[in-house]
Amino acid sequence: MNKSKKVMALIVTGFGINCEEEMAAAYRMAEAEANIYHLNDIFAGKISINDYDILNFPGGFSFGDDLGSGKVLSNKLKFKKMQNGRLFMDEIREFLDSGKFVLGICNGFQFLVKMGLLPDVGKNQQQEITLTHNNSTKFEDRWIYCKVNSEAKTPFLQGLDVFHGPVRHGEGKLIIKDDDIKNGIEENKLNCLSYCNAEGEITGEYPQNPNGSDLNCAGMTDRSGQVFGLMPHPEAYLSLYNHPNWGQIKRQNPKISENGQGLKIFKNIVDHINK
Amino acid sequence: MKNQIQLVYKDAIRDVKGEKLQRDAANFLQIETGKVKTVKIFTVLYDLSKKEIETFANLGLKDEIIQDAYINTFYKDHQFQTYILVAKKPGVTDDEGVSAQRTLNDILNLNLDVNTQHIFTQDMYLIKNRLSLFDLKTLAEQQLGNRLIHHFEFGNYRNEINYIPEVKINSDNNVKIIDLNISDQDLSLLSDAMLLSLNIEEMKVIQAYFADEKIRSQRQKNELPNNPSDCELEILAQTWSEHCKHKEFAATIEYENKETGEKQIIDSLFKTYIQKSTEVIQNRLKKTGNNWLLKVFTDNAGVVKIDDKSVFVWKVETHNSPSAIDPYGGAITGILGNNRDPLGTGIGGGKLLFNTNVLCFGSPDYSKTLLPGQLHPRRVFEGVRHGIEDGGNKSGIPTVNGSIIFDDRYSGKPLLYCGTGGVMPFQYNGVNSWLKPIAAGDRIIMAGGRVGKDGIHGATFSSAEIDENSPQSAVQIGSPITQKLLSDFMQEAALCGLIKCSTDNGAGGLSSSIGELATITGGALVNLDKVPLKYDNLQPWEIFISESQERMTFVVEEEKISELFQLAIEREVELSDLGCFTNDGFMDVRYKSKTIAFLEMEFLHNGVPKKYLKAEWQKLDLCEPKISKNLEFNDILLKLMQSYNICSREDVIRQYDHEVKGKTIIKPLMGSEGKAPQDAAVMRLDFNSFQGIAISNGIIPRYGDIDAYQMSAGSFDEAIRQIIAIGGKLPVLNDNSNRFWTVNDNFCVPDSAYDPVDNPEGKLNLAKLVQMNQALFDMSTFYNIPLTSGKDSMKNDFKVGKIKISVPPTILYSMVAKIDDVRQTVTSDFKAAGDLIYQIGKTYNELGASEFYNLFDELGANVPKVRPKEARRIYTKVIKANKFRLIESNHDISDGGLAVAVTESAFGGGFGAGIALDKFQNMDLNTLLFSESHSRFICSIKPENQEKFEKIMYDDAILLGEVISEEKLTVKFNEKVVINIRIKKLKSAWEMGLQK
Repeated sequence: MNKSKKVMALIVTGFGINCEEEMAAAYRMAEAEANIYHLNDIFAGKISINDYDILNFPGGFSFGDDLGSGKVLSNKLKFKKMQNGRLFMDEIREFLDSGKFVLGICNGFQFLVKMGLLPDVGKNQQQEITLTHNNSTKFEDRWIYCKVNSEAKTPFLQGLDVFHGPVRHGEGKLIIKDDDIKNGIEENKLNCLSYCNAEGEITGEYPQNPNGSDLNCAGMTDRSGQVFGLMPHPEAYLSLYNHPNWGQIKRQNPKISENGQGLKIFKNIVDHINK
Repeated sequence: MKNQIQLVYKDAIRDVKGEKLQRDAANFLQIETGKVKTVKIFTVLYDLSKKEIETFANLGLKDEIIQDAYINTFYKDHQFQTYILVAKKPGVTDDEGVSAQRTLNDILNLNLDVNTQHIFTQDMYLIKNRLSLFDLKTLAEQQLGNRLIHHFEFGNYRNEINYIPEVKINSDNNVKIIDLNISDQDLSLLSDAMLLSLNIEEMKVIQAYFADEKIRSQRQKNELPNNPSDCELEILAQTWSEHCKHKEFAATIEYENKETGEKQIIDSLFKTYIQKSTEVIQNRLKKTGNNWLLKVFTDNAGVVKIDDKSVFVWKVETHNSPSAIDPYGGAITGILGNNRDPLGTGIGGGKLLFNTNVLCFGSPDYSKTLLPGQLHPRRVFEGVRHGIEDGGNKSGIPTVNGSIIFDDRYSGKPLLYCGTGGVMPFQYNGVNSWLKPIAAGDRIIMAGGRVGKDGIHGATFSSAEIDENSPQSAVQIGSPITQKLLSDFMQEAALCGLIKCSTDNGAGGLSSSIGELATITGGALVNLDKVPLKYDNLQPWEIFISESQERMTFVVEEEKISELFQLAIEREVELSDLGCFTNDGFMDVRYKSKTIAFLEMEFLHNGVPKKYLKAEWQKLDLCEPKISKNLEFNDILLKLMQSYNICSREDVIRQYDHEVKGKTIIKPLMGSEGKAPQDAAVMRLDFNSFQGIAISNGIIPRYGDIDAYQMSAGSFDEAIRQIIAIGGKLPVLNDNSNRFWTVNDNFCVPDSAYDPVDNPEGKLNLAKLVQMNQALFDMSTFYNIPLTSGKDSMKNDFKVGKIKISVPPTILYSMVAKIDDVRQTVTSDFKAAGDLIYQIGKTYNELGASEFYNLFDELGANVPKVRPKEARRIYTKVIKANKFRLIESNHDISDGGLAVAVTESAFGGGFGAGIALDKFQNMDLNTLLFSESHSRFICSIKPENQEKFEKIMYDDAILLGEVISEEKLTVKFNEKVVINIRIKKLKSAWEMGLQK
C-alpha cells in the first residue's frame, strides 16, 4: 500500500444507526481518514465501498430493533437490489475477497451475524448464530471485561489480553445453531472475545456475562480474520475519561495515557493495513 | 386477502419474555401461570402470492436460529391451556408493523406503500395453567398492556385470531358553522360539549369578535358566514389553551401575605419574576462585555454561546397528564416531543447531546384503594421508565442524569420532567443559527410522521383535571425510529442550507406550529387537503389540531423546495408542502380550495382575556418534634440508605444508555464497581477538545410543606452546588471567558385558581406559587445565573367525584454550566486511603422536612434555609481549591444529610471512612448527622495538601477524619463510637431499597 495515502474507513449510517460519530472519531484518532455516509448513498451508487479499506457498521437501533435486532437492516443489505442492479452482499463479498476489512459493533455485529458474514464457518454466508434477548430481559449499560482468545487470528485484537469497555444492549445473547457450528467456531478460534471477570477468567456469571451467551461469547471473527464483530463498544472508550473509575485510576497513576483502551482496536487495524 | 404469520420460539430456546411474565405475575399479582410461551403474530393485508408470503415469512421475519414460522396455520401445543392476545387498538402506532412493511419491500424488491398500515403485529402469550377469566384479564390489563390502547382477547387456548385494528371512520368531512348568538349559559355548554376548555369570559370575547362589524365585513368579502366554523373555534381553543398561552402565569394576581400584612398586585408572574430576572442579568452581562446569552424565552428552547463555532440549545418540560393514563406512551412521547424543542429552535437541526429526566411518583408500595382510572404507582414507574429507555436509547441520545422522588401525593398525577440539550453550529451559511427568519411567500413544509386522530384536544386536556372518562385520543405512542430518520434528515438539510427555519409540532399540532411562526410575518395560508393522513375521513379541523407525533414544520424558500424534496426521498422522510406565509394579518386555512378558517392574527394571539386570581398566604402552625438523642444510629442509617428517596437507582440507570456518543465523562454512577452516585453529569462537547458542560437538577418538593420560598430557593441552590461539587465555576461578570450558565425552570403545581366549593385551597396554592417565583428571582439575580426557558404545568390534580389527589407545589431547576476542561472535574467517590475527609459549609439545626424526620413520620418546622452570601463565599473557596487541584473527591450533602453523603462517597469501592464529629459546637448528633442544611459538601484531600486547603477554606471546612482501607464506616461523637458498620451492609441496604 502507498504509504503516503491514509487508510480509508467508511462508516455507514442511517435508519437508526447512532454510533457513527464516535466511530469516525476513533479512526481519526488512529490517523485514518474516516467518512460517514448514509446507506442509501451507497445503494444509489454515489459512494463505492471499493474506495475504502475498512467497512464499518456502527451501533444503534436500526429500525428500532423491530423484528429483532439488526434483522430489518440485514434484510436490506442482503436482498435489496442496489441502483446498479447488484446486491450489496455481493459487493461486500468482493470487498473481502480483495483482502479488505469489515467491522461491526453492537447493532453492527447483530446485522453481520444475521447476514451470515459472521462466523461463516461454512464459508457460504448462511446465518449460523444469532444475537437475541438477554436472559435478564433488560437493556443494560454496564462496563464489562472480555478475554481475548490468544489464538484468534484477527488483526483487530493484536496485543490485547483483556478488553474493558461498556456493553449497551438488550439483545446480546449469542446463540449457536448447532454443535457442528459450535465445533467449527471453537476449532477455528472464531470466538475471539469472551466475557470474563476482572482477573481475566472467562465466566457465565451475571452480570460479568451480561446476557447469557453461548461460549460466553462477546465477539466473533470469520475464518479469514477480516470480519470482526463484537457487542461491547470500543468506540465509547477512546479516552481515559470515558472510564467509570477514571478518578481513582488517575490518582493511582498520574502519568497514565489519556487514551482509552478501545482506541487500540482501531489503531490495530489501521497499523495492520499500513504495514 | 389476509395472510397471517406466527413466529414461535423453537422448543430448545429459552423464552425469556415468557419467563419474565411468569415471574412478574407471581411477584406482583400472585398469579401462578406455569410456563409461558410468547408468539408474535403478523397480519398482512397486502395482496401477495403464496410464494411471496413464504419468502417474506422465512427470510424476512423469522430468525431461523431460534424461531419457527407458521404461515396461515396456527401454532398448537397442548401443554398450554389458556392464552392472552395483546393487540393494538385502531390507530395506535405499530412500528413493528411498519418495519415489517419496509423489509417486505426490501426482500422482494417491491415498492408497496409503507406510509399507511397494511401489516399489523400482535403478541400472544400461551399459558400453561388453566387460569380463570378474571386472572387472565388482570394479567392482561395490569402486566401486559393498557386497555386504553390495547385490545385484549383471552380465555381457553383456541386456534383463531381474527382481530385487525384497521381504522374505519364513518363521518362526513363537512365544515360545521357554529351559532354564537346564544346565551352565556349556552356558551359555557358549547365550550364543554366541544371540549374547548374555554371559560365564559373567553367565550364571550370570541362571541364579541364574530359580532364585530369590521370583522363581519371582512368575512363577507371572503364569502364567509358571520358565525365561526368548527375549525375556527378549535384553533382559538388550541391557541388560547393554558399549554400555549400560560394564562395563569400571565394573570394579574392579588397577593396578600397574612403573616406580614403585605399586599401586592402582581402583573404576571412570568413577566415580574422570570422574564425580569433574566433581563436584569442580561443587562449586567452586556455591560461587562459578556455576550453568551443569545436567546431567551422567545423560541422553543433557550440558546447560549459555546464558542465562535457553536451554540448550546436546551429545553426541559413536563409530560404529566399523558403519563398518568398511559405511562409508557406518555413518557416516550414526552421524551421525543422534548427532543423536538431544541431540534426546532432557530433555524433548527442541531445535534442532540443528552437527555435528563426527573420523575415524581407515588410510593411503589402504595396501599390505598385505587380510584377509577388511577394506575398503581409501581406500574406508572415501570411504564415511564420503559418509555424513557426507548425514547432515549432508540434515538441514540444518552440519558446522563436525573432524579426520582417518591411521595404519595404524586400517585394521582405523576410528574415527568424531560430535558434535552443539543449543539448547533454558530451559523448556517452565514446566518446565525438561533434566528428565525421568515418572509411572506416562504413555503410551509410539514415533515415526518403522518396525521391521524392522535392527541386531539391534548393541549386542552393537559389543563383540565383527568377523570375516568378521559378521551382515548389523549393517548399516543411515540415512534423513535420515525423521529430518528427525521432528525438525521433535518441536520443534513440544515447544513445544506435548505431549511430557512423550523419549529416542532407539539401541543395544538399544525394550528400551533404554523400559528406561532405566522406571527413573524403576520399571516399564513394553509391547505389542509395537502396534509398526508394515516387514514381517511378526518375532519378538516382535526387535521389542523391533531397532535400526531414526530413531525416538524419547516420554513423553506421557494427555490430550495426541489432540492429539499429530493434529499427527503433519498432519506425516506415524507414531506408535504402545505402553503405559504403571508403578511396580510390573517390565518387563512383552506380545505379543498375553500376557506374554512379566517382569523385575525392579532386577535388569535393577543385576544385572550387576562385572568385575575387571588393569592393568600397564611403561616402554618408547625413545631419541631421530640425525638430521642440516643438512637441506634447504625439502624437509622441503614433505614435511611434503603428509604425510597435515597436508595440506589442503579436498576433504572443501567437500562438507560448513558454513554452513547462517547462523550459522557461523569456518569450517574462511578467508581471501581460503578456504584457511587454522582452529583452533576459532565459531558465533553466534541472529540477535538476537552471543553464540556455540567448538567444538574435541583428539586426538593417536601420542603414546600414548611416554606415554599425556601423550597424554591433550596432547589436552586441544590442545582448550583451539584455543579460546584464536580468542579464547575460560578459566572463572573468581569471575566469574559464565555463561561455560560443556563437554567430551565419547571413549575408543577396543584390547581391554584380559588373556588370556594371546588378548590378552597386555591388561594394558598397560588400564594406558594408566588413565593416560589420570588425565590427564583432572588436566587438567579444573586448569582447572575439566567433562566433561558421553562414551562409551567398548572393543574396537577387527579379528581374522581369529590376525591382529589393533588401534587405538592413542585419546582425543578435544571442547570447547565460550561466546563473549561472536563479532565479537571471531580467525582464524589473517595480515591485513596489516608485522604483527609472534610465537611465544607455549616450545619444548622435544620431537620425540618428531612428524610430523617420522615422516618418518624414527622415534618418539623426548621426547614433548611438558603443563605446566599454564605453559600457564595463557600462556593468561591471550593472553586479556588479546585483551581489548585486540591480536592480529590467532592459530594454535595442533600437528602439524609452528612451521614448519607459520607456513606455514598465510600461506595466508589475499596474504602471506608473514619470520622469524628467533635469539632462542632452546641449541636446534637441527630442534627450533625442528618440535618439537610444547604450549601455543604463532603470532600476528601491528599494529606500533603492539608495546609494549602485549610488556608483557602479557613473555617468553612471542618476536618472530620480520613478515608480508611477497611470498608467500614465509623463515626465518633464525644469520644464515643456512635456508628460502626460495614460499607457492604450499607450498600446492600441501599441497593435493596427499590427491590424490596
